[in-house]
This record gives sequence, C-alpha cells and structure tokens, in this order.
Amino acid sequence: MKRRRVGWLFVAPWLVGFVVFTLYPFLTSVYLSFTRYDVVSPAKWVGLANYRALFTDDDLFGKSLLVTFKYACIAVPVGIVAGVALALLLNVDIKGQSVFRTLFFLPSIVPGVATATVFVWILNPEIGLVNGLLKNAGVIGPNWLGDSFWAFYSLIFMGLWGVGGSMVIYLAGLKDVPVQLYEAALLDGAGPWERTRRVTLPLLTPVIFFNLVMGVIGAFQYFDGAFIMTRGGPEDSTLFYALYMFYRAWRYMDMGYASAMAWILFALVVGLTGLVFATQRRWVHYGA
Amino acid sequence: MSNSLTGPTLAQKATVWAALAILAVPAALPLVWMVSTSLKADTQIYNAVGSGAGAVSLRSLIPDPVRWDNYPAALQTVPLVDYLRNTILLCVVSILGAVGSSAIVAYGFARTEFRGRHALFLLMISTMALPGQVTMIPRFAMFKEFGWYGTYLPLLVPVFFASPFLVFLLTQFFKTLPNEMSEAAVVDGATDWAIFTRIVLPLSKPALATCSLFTFLGAWNDFFGPLLYINDPAKYTLAYGLQQFLSAYGGKWAQLMAASTLFTLPIVVLFFLAQKTFIQGIATTGGKG
Repeated sequence: MKRRRVGWLFVAPWLVGFVVFTLYPFLTSVYLSFTRYDVVSPAKWVGLANYRALFTDDDLFGKSLLVTFKYACIAVPVGIVAGVALALLLNVDIKGQSVFRTLFFLPSIVPGVATATVFVWILNPEIGLVNGLLKNAGVIGPNWLGDSFWAFYSLIFMGLWGVGGSMVIYLAGLKDVPVQLYEAALLDGAGPWERTRRVTLPLLTPVIFFNLVMGVIGAFQYFDGAFIMTRGGPEDSTLFYALYMFYRAWRYMDMGYASAMAWILFALVVGLTGLVFATQRRWVHYGA
Repeated sequence: MSNSLTGPTLAQKATVWAALAILAVPAALPLVWMVSTSLKADTQIYNAVGSGAGAVSLRSLIPDPVRWDNYPAALQTVPLVDYLRNTILLCVVSILGAVGSSAIVAYGFARTEFRGRHALFLLMISTMALPGQVTMIPRFAMFKEFGWYGTYLPLLVPVFFASPFLVFLLTQFFKTLPNEMSEAAVVDGATDWAIFTRIVLPLSKPALATCSLFTFLGAWNDFFGPLLYINDPAKYTLAYGLQQFLSAYGGKWAQLMAASTLFTLPIVVLFFLAQKTFIQGIATTGGKG
C-alpha cells in the first residue's frame, strides 16, 4: 500500500508541471480563442468572431495555410527520399565510410540560427557563394531570399542541408534488417537494386512512417528559418502559419485571434496525423 | 551485410563512392565557407563584385591575408562573451533541472506500481505531439502575470517539472536494469528513494549522458524562448544574440561568420568527443523531442 503512494510521489513533478504548464494553458487557449485579448487588459468575450474573421475576412490566413501545406508537401517527401537514399549509400561497405557519415551528419547539428545566418550569407545575390558558383557556369543567379518564388525554395534547400539527422535514424533502421533475408533474396538471384526494393525498403517503412509523422507535425510549426531569413516575405511567399500566428499575437497583440489560429493548427495537426496513421496499414510493415 | 561473397562488386562500390564524394561538396561547402569568410579581409569578400566573371575559384576558399582580427572585432561589435555566459548558465540549470526531475519521474513509471500508471504514461507520451503553439499564449500570459517577463524564469522553471521526452527515454532504460539488486535492497528495508539514488542512478550513466546531451543542445540552440521572454540585451543568449547581430549588422559578413563559427564550434567539438552518445541517442529516439 505504501509503495502505491510512493509511485505517485515519484511522478508528481511531471503531473504538477503537466497541469500547470500544459493542461491549464491548453484549456485557457480554448476560452481565449472566443475573446478579444491583448494580455494587458482582461479578455473580452466575442463569441465566434475570431473564427468568422479568419475564414471570411483574412487573406493572409489562407495564404499562410497554403504556404505551410506547400512546404509540408514538398519538404517532407523530399527530405524522406534524400535521407533514405543517403542512408542506403552510406550503408555500403566502402573506404572512408565513417568519414562520409560524419560529414553528412555534421550539418544537422549546426545550431539553427547559425545555419540561417550562413545561408543568408551564401545566398547573398551579389557576393554570395551560390551566385558566385552560378556565375562560373555562366548563369546569373536570382536574388534568392528577395525573390517571391525562390525565397520559399531557399528554405527548402536549407532544410535539405540538415537531412543528416534523419539519415542517422534510417542507418540505425538498416542495421536491424536481418541478414537471412538478404541471403534468401540472393539465393533467389535478386540484384542489389531488387534487394533494396523488395527487402530493405519494406523493412525500413516503420522508420519512414515515424519520420513522416514527425515531419508533418514539424512542418506546421515551422518558424525559425522563415522568421530569421525572410520575415515572411517577399510578398508573403514565406509567411508560414506559425509565423503569421506569431505576428498576430506579438506584433499586433491580437492574442484572442492568435488563439483561434492555434486551435485551427491543433485540429489540422490532429487530422493530418490521423490521416497518415490511417494509411499505415497499406504500406508500413511491422516485424520481419 | 559485408559478406565478401555476396557484397557489392568493386565497380558498384566505386560508383557509390563517387556519388558520395559529389554529394559531400554541397554538404561541406556552407561550413567551409563560413569558416573561410570568418578569416577574410573585407577587401577579399567584396572583391568578388568588381572582378566580374568567375567570382568563385578554389583560391577564393582560402583567406588571403588571414585576418584573425575578425574574431576580436566581432566580440567588440556584440558582447558575445556575455551571451556565452548567459547561454552556459541556461544550459547548466536546464541539464540539472530537466535530467534530475525526469529521472525521478521515470523511476516512478519504470519501477513502482500504482493504479493508473499505464494511462498516465500514455497521457505523457501524447503530450509530446502537442504543438507548442497551442499552449504558448496562455503560458505567456501566465508568466507575465507572475512578473517573470524579461527574466530567465519562464525558460528555467518549467524545466524542473520533467520533460516527457527524457522521461520516456529514461523509463525505457530503467526497465532494462536487473531487478535483483533492488529487490534485495527492499528486503534490507531500503526506501525507493535510496534504491533510486544508490542503485538505479549509478547504473544509468549512459542514459543520463544522452539526456544531458539533448538538454544541452536544446538549451544552446533555443531561439524561440528568448525571443518571447527576453527583452534586455544584457540577458541575450548566443542564439538570440546572433540573430539580433544579423538583423542589426547584416553587411559585416566576416564578423557574422566569426560569431557563427564561435557559436557552432562547441557543438562540433562536443560531437567529436561524444560521437557515440550523439548517434545512439538520435538513432534510438528519433532525434529531439
């Protein structure tokens, strides 16, 4: 009997923190989403006005949703393909394997703000490295971060540069592929490509699934890169949802409105994660 | 997989090697360029503009002359040493608070029995997927109410209430520890607290190291927390200070790259010192929480 109480005591730090720093704010934000609130004066109930304004009267809301969906649809699959491909290459037993692994992993541990600063520099239109290299090839490079088409893709490229983080997860997954399966495939006369497609990739699907779920959740919270490098511009082409919400809350002190946005974000993330989970049975193989 | 009879042929290996070597260029170049720029004189940096075609060559990778002065100059432009001190303070307190409290909670989940333990654990896991944006505004209002705005308290106090990600990691680890020793200790009349501090913790050093590393990286890299709560430049962290540096002195590339190098270097050094902890930590947990 005594041991039962002891268990509760041990988990108490988390439980208290959960109630104070997560549950209470979580519930309060539902209430705030129906109010006009600027942190300084008390919240004023406005019913559904924030939601109505979002859906009928706010072009930037739609724009930011579009930018974020586009990012999720491009950055997540491209990141998965690049991460898996790189892991497959780095799983081949070649000379310098560990050097290559370190080299591809390193970018992913560079602090985000440093990465952003370096990319602002190398993407500088006049004296940046990228346009310098393009000039060598006789191409006049665009004004990357200042161009309403290229700014978005600059952020995608920057994300791709950090693909080493997920590569390591795939490499760990590759280690778990049982050798017998390869031997069986070899006896069937399968070549390396065939083995990859029939044996390795199916067995990697749980890890890919995990990265897909985390990638989708992460895309909807994408903030740092856009805030530091483009501030949402030019012409709102990189106005990500989380960034627009931040501007609403802290630039315009429109905290009630931003709370409504937070709840729409929550619903979207839950819905999309559910959708991804629903497809799970069709393509994710558990257990070999 | 490296069976000599069944492995890839030499030609295949050479192809893979060549592909990796080509891909290594874009992977390495941004960091190489960061360090190289940090050592260049402005004349070399801006020279590219006037010289017309062929702006980048292998020679432009090498600073000529090498200007170490950019580093002290960067420290002059922004008080990076103060930022470093602030960042280290936040990192140390975060590690102590987060790893300590998470270990206590993990012991409760892994090594004690109580009704609702399983449900509570699931609840904790599910909070990991909750987007921070949903609780961000009320949290901000609450901390402002407490009078914590402009201090480190909003960044530090929550840390002492366990991180679900670390609890998850440590719970899995504590479960793998053999039961015999703690059972013997119970017979001897030891309390759970004694078992936790004298038996479980000493056996868990690798897991605690992984947790400390992740907490360190999280605190070192955190940009959003200081952005929300810190308004006094004397309290800036490196991450926030570097962003402020970039937006205030956008053209001082040599100094900006010197600051970026200084900010990145400790992480790279740490990686080479604790490579195994890094890789295993990420591989077993799927990265940061």
